[in-house]
Amino acid sequence: MSDLAAQRVRPAEAPAEPWQDNYLTSEQGILSWFTTTDHKRIALLYMASLLAFFIIGGFAAVMIRLELFTPAQDLMTADEYNRMFTLHGTVMVWFFLVPSIPNTLGNFLLPLMIGARDVAFPRLNLSSWYLFNGAGLLLLFSLLLGGVDTGWTFYTPFSTMFSNGYVLLAALAVVLVGFSSIMTGVNFIATVHLLRAPGMHWFRMPLLVWALYATSIVIVLATPVLTASLLLIVAERGFGLPVFDPAHGGDPLLFQHLFWFYSHPAVYIMILPSFGVISEIVTCFARRRIFGYTFMIYAILCIAVIGFLVWGHHMFVSGQSLFASLIFSFLSFVIAVPSAIKVFNWSFTLYRGQITFEAPMLYALGFIGLFTLGGLTGLFLASVPIDIHVTDTYFVVAHFHFIMVGGAVTALYGGLSFWWPKITGRLYPEGWARFAAVLMFFGFVFTFFPMFIMGYAGMPRRYGAYPPEFQIWHVMASSGAVLLAAAYLLPMGYLTLSLFRGARATDDPWAATGLEWRTRSPPPRHNFEPMPVVDEGPYLYHPEAEGPHHTDREPHERQGRGA
Amino acid sequence: MSGVTFWPPEASAAAARVDVIVIALLLISTAIVLLVGGLILGFSIRYRRGSNAQRGQLPEFIQKEVEVGWTAGTLFLALFLFGWASITVLTAEKPQADALEIHIEARQWMWKARHPDGAREINTLHLPAGEPVRLLMQSQDVIHSFFVPAFREKQDVLPGRITQLSFTPTEEGEFSLFCAEYCGTLHSRMGGKVVVMKPEDYARWRAAQPQEDDQSKEGEALFRTVGCSGCHAPASPVHAPSLAGLYGRLVNLADGRTVRADEAYLRDSILQPRRDIAAGYAPIMPTFAGILREDELQKILAYLMSLRREGGS
Repeated sequence: MSDLAAQRVRPAEAPAEPWQDNYLTSEQGILSWFTTTDHKRIALLYMASLLAFFIIGGFAAVMIRLELFTPAQDLMTADEYNRMFTLHGTVMVWFFLVPSIPNTLGNFLLPLMIGARDVAFPRLNLSSWYLFNGAGLLLLFSLLLGGVDTGWTFYTPFSTMFSNGYVLLAALAVVLVGFSSIMTGVNFIATVHLLRAPGMHWFRMPLLVWALYATSIVIVLATPVLTASLLLIVAERGFGLPVFDPAHGGDPLLFQHLFWFYSHPAVYIMILPSFGVISEIVTCFARRRIFGYTFMIYAILCIAVIGFLVWGHHMFVSGQSLFASLIFSFLSFVIAVPSAIKVFNWSFTLYRGQITFEAPMLYALGFIGLFTLGGLTGLFLASVPIDIHVTDTYFVVAHFHFIMVGGAVTALYGGLSFWWPKITGRLYPEGWARFAAVLMFFGFVFTFFPMFIMGYAGMPRRYGAYPPEFQIWHVMASSGAVLLAAAYLLPMGYLTLSLFRGARATDDPWAATGLEWRTRSPPPRHNFEPMPVVDEGPYLYHPEAEGPHHTDREPHERQGRGA
Repeated sequence: MSGVTFWPPEASAAAARVDVIVIALLLISTAIVLLVGGLILGFSIRYRRGSNAQRGQLPEFIQKEVEVGWTAGTLFLALFLFGWASITVLTAEKPQADALEIHIEARQWMWKARHPDGAREINTLHLPAGEPVRLLMQSQDVIHSFFVPAFREKQDVLPGRITQLSFTPTEEGEFSLFCAEYCGTLHSRMGGKVVVMKPEDYARWRAAQPQEDDQSKEGEALFRTVGCSGCHAPASPVHAPSLAGLYGRLVNLADGRTVRADEAYLRDSILQPRRDIAAGYAPIMPTFAGILREDELQKILAYLMSLRREGGS
């Protein structure tokens, strides 16, 4: 281990030339950032915006956990509490989780990983960032005016006829941010189809690229439905067009169908990219090829497709027919299979490896644990009779936080540590990072595991005041949240510090495979000099014969530009 | 802090059946967590960098067979769980004809209950133990959800549509009632209790309540005053179907379909009479949407449903 560590750290006083010409230094001045079309710089712009929204959403979470420390409604009024959890949900889902990995790590890495100079539409990429910020400002404006109290789900007829918050403004903000994600989705799809390096055929692509590709397809197909359903809310609330109002023949349940047709796939928009990140990390630190590469790809694609067919499992008690509920239940059980395959494959990737436990690996192992728990509790929710009891309770709250926070956010932190040397050219402090990774795992479990128990005991969600018999679980959750908040803040501190104090990173500090490590750290403006040619599959960490079998396919004919 | 709840009480016939699946799933989940955790921990220790464990060529069986094996394994497990859960809900979901029918009206932010002979209560629901109950629920404003954890039952309550919940309370006692669907400012206060009593106590309690006209009697009066009887009374000169014994029967429609005359059908026929025309009748009935208030509509429905017994026997 020591010789490897020595390789990784290049002393700071070594000759400084290689890293002086890079994408960070190629242009100077604030304006060069706001007009850049460089996917790497746009990734950093997105990081700044997302950090701001993560802090706003996190602040709301802190307020919620503080209020719930005691059974009585004492810190905030009932209305303030309702606005607080609406703020938390809206900001975290659309302004943090959906764009989290794709728009930061994805934007930075996708062209690097397929050996391209940039994404297919660099200007579209920059405009998506502007649109994202515009939408964000609109949302913040609605919050400053007084906020929204509908919950992030905007259920009708509450949102159209009874809510007294700034629903129209918030809905428009979400519509706009939807277009921003569609722009990114279209861009990624075009990039993967058109700009792969010579020899980078489909079954040589790293799994992160596959995951981002599948995510982009889901984004492009699902988001317009969200736009349409929110515009229907605008039509009814703003212009009195009766769509959901039963007094005029409308159907309030129609909104739930439309909303979940987007919002269930949205869960996969949040989790699929983290599957990709974890695959990159686990292979690197186990020094193994991924176990079952093709199975992993088909699992990603299966999840992306079946994810569109399970929305009705949010509506088992809504009054939809039992027959419909059973079909949605069946499909929800089916979608558990590809997720289970991925967990088993990650576990078996460790088999016969040369495993080391740097911080990204600790994050990845934590991810697998939390995702397994989140996935298994999904089986409870897929069963109609159990879901009838636990839906709209803290059981559901715990379940989706395990997937979307324990899963996606842990993967984001893991990925950020893993590619930090590539992005910034600096190494983060390993000891602090390992500590944060372990703290994040335990803080998360302390915060959210009690919610399973109180949820099954009957504690409904979105309650600012609650019966005293649930207090012990809320106190545990609120105390765990302190640890979790510390674990989320810690990397922000040491990563920022490493920008100034960190040791210079070599081009490939983890001795990882993958094209992004074949260029300098930080990469030059146009990524590669000269452009790479690919002649082997991904994750070749050991001799071919010693690894899990990979059937190398016929090279897929490259589309677009002639070879 | 008044005590700790680990597990909600089992107070209905369904509760025990749900809990059995939950416990089975908990055991299966624990086994899977131990398996995955064991694999990861075991491999992490055995194959840490520099350990003496054997590396090199992978055994042949590890290659494809393992992958196919756990794919099939998880698929069979998923199908088995789906089958079990579905059978549980399919066999439980049978509303009984002689069930005690109670009307529930939800509004921001209270639950109103109305028992068969007109006894009313707010945010409390008295029920007899051991007797099947059928709740006919409707909301006056937004979507609410009737949730009693001890019964493992939950059903959304919608505006403009009746939803039903059938169950049999088995244990006497007081159990929490919550609104589980977010419904605005005082959502978290929209709760109460369900009081399950011995059947004779329940009868005594009901008799002690201030008596009101039976809901269906009020409905009968409305049936005459708003003009339904002008056409639907047996002696009427207008060619309109008689409604005696209609509830629960199969009705042949003019377009060839056959529907069961349940509450939804009766309700739709009053509010949107042109939608499902009974075979052999002209579409001459006017709509009563906007004429009848929701509570009046419920009374008329109760009256029409009460005709079942008279006409059917």
